[in-house]
Amino acid sequence: MIKVTNLSYIYQQGMPFEETALSDISFEIPDGDFVAIIGHTGSGKSTLIQHLNALIKPTKGKIEINGVDITAPDVDLRAVRRDVGLVFQYPEHQLFEETVYKDIAFGPKNMGLSDDEIRQRVLDAMHFVGLSEDLLEKSPFELSGGQKRRVAIAGVLSMRPKVLILDEPTAGLDPKGRDEILNQLVTLHKENENMTIIFVSHSMEDVAMLANNVLVMNKGKLAMKGSVADVFERSAELREMGLDVPQITELTHRLIAAGVDIRPDIYTVKFASEIFAELLKEAENV
Amino acid sequence: MFKDITIGQYIEGNSFIHKMDARVKILLSLIYIVILFLISTPVAYALVFLLTAFLVWLSKLPVKYIIKGLKPMLYILIFTSILNLFMTGGGDVLWTCPFLPSLKITEQGLKTAILMVLRLSLLVVVTSLLTLTTSPLMLTDGIEKLLKPFEIIKVPAHEIAMMMTIAIRFIPTLSEETEKIIKAQTARGADFESGNILKRAKAMIPLLVPLFISAFRRADDLAVAMDSRCYHGGKNRTRMKQMKMTWRDGVAAIVLVLASVLLLAI
Ligand SMILES: Nc1ncnc2c1ncn2[C@@H]1O[C@H](COP(=O)(O)OP(=O)(O)OP(=O)(O)O)[C@@H](O)[C@H]1O
Ligand SMILES: [Mg+2]
Repeated sequence: MIKVTNLSYIYQQGMPFEETALSDISFEIPDGDFVAIIGHTGSGKSTLIQHLNALIKPTKGKIEINGVDITAPDVDLRAVRRDVGLVFQYPEHQLFEETVYKDIAFGPKNMGLSDDEIRQRVLDAMHFVGLSEDLLEKSPFELSGGQKRRVAIAGVLSMRPKVLILDEPTAGLDPKGRDEILNQLVTLHKENENMTIIFVSHSMEDVAMLANNVLVMNKGKLAMKGSVADVFERSAELREMGLDVPQITELTHRLIAAGVDIRPDIYTVKFASEIFAELLKEAENV
Repeated sequence: MFKDITIGQYIEGNSFIHKMDARVKILLSLIYIVILFLISTPVAYALVFLLTAFLVWLSKLPVKYIIKGLKPMLYILIFTSILNLFMTGGGDVLWTCPFLPSLKITEQGLKTAILMVLRLSLLVVVTSLLTLTTSPLMLTDGIEKLLKPFEIIKVPAHEIAMMMTIAIRFIPTLSEETEKIIKAQTARGADFESGNILKRAKAMIPLLVPLFISAFRRADDLAVAMDSRCYHGGKNRTRMKQMKMTWRDGVAAIVLVLASVLLLAI
């Protein structure tokens, strides 16, 4: 379980460029949850997630992960970072090794594992992100953008974190690459029931498709938290924050306004198509 | 680690010093630095110190910030002062090491050490003052203008200025990038701090490779962007913002020249 209490963070405190990035944020995430963080650009999402594996120390407040206070001065940072894997935005920019294998093995190697164990983990991680084993000995710089992204994600997965955090994992990918990565996240979550996955996204469609719960950031504050349905219900407020609801939700809301009798809590195209199919059937029977 | 470096940063403002012409500021800073190395009496140093304090006050910059800029210099300052303290001979011997008689502090050594520290600190303060109050663009424009006359002897003034502009422009970008890569590799268990020199040098690879790749990518992008906007060097280029000298520059120049004469006289 992740428990954040009264977290505040100020960049460059005491300098002329001082900037309050987070103010008084509290929330809890139970084990095995699938959480989306949304918010307008500059709202503090990236700053928030970097706190969760102690890359940034809070200016104020407390963060507990599985009962361990990771803001304590004597905390074992390596253990924290092993348990909480963080995939940065554009993670392919941090690839550096000669081969894909070595790059994915970087994390496990730093953990001091045996060669056999490392090999096993690398292969597992590649399997999870859908990379074929032919690529093992290739240079990561020869791969396509989508493949590079997967190598980078595998580099974090190979550490077998209990919590996986991804900052805009699909930014800059084409629709196919995007869908593949999202589907792999869903599979990953299904196969590892206790793994908590947190991801930052600007796409309301992705949020509706993947997440159970949503945290909404606005100007450094936690504006809303709750289930996908709870959050998308408050579409007017979301719009005020420069956010939106999924397009399909927008469509159904307009249909409702035009007098069609359908439920308002439709967030995915898949669900909408079922509802619309029923509606059509009814119409034919009349 | 890069955040402590204040040289090269610019803080907006509209103080007397902010409003001065970049060319004049650069020239006066140069004169100031020369003076700093010409004077040697304690009285002169006291006066220069006062003059510098006055300039800092005039710039309306937070003093805390200026002092912070000296921090990265701390080791150099300590190193040079120790070196000067023990290596300069002359005058009365103030202290002799009980175990190593050849190691001693002389009056002259103490004097030189103090003056050296003052000299270096003031040097850093004034150069910081120049860059903190002049936008990088104005600064390089100023340098270009000042170098113009040397084009007769084939000094590529515009190219030098352009390279400096680009270099300065990319300092924050690259330091941001460095910070990000350090964080990303730290998240994968990389350790940049412990171990002996060899181990630490090796630990830099996961940082340096991505950093170089991104620097080259940025250089490439920039070259394409400049090309596609028809950039073709300095010939016949005009400026959107013309530099103008005002009464401020006159006053500043007169004050500094008078101060120099006075300082060199004592
Ligand atoms: N290294 C830094 N130094 C100073 N200020 C920063 C730094 N990183 C972020 N900030 C500031 O903190 C605030 C929050 O930034 P953050 O990167 O967390 O936003 P974000 O929600 O991730 O935005 P985006 O959607 O654009 O990625 C912004 O106002 C930003 O300018
Ligand atoms: Mg971000």
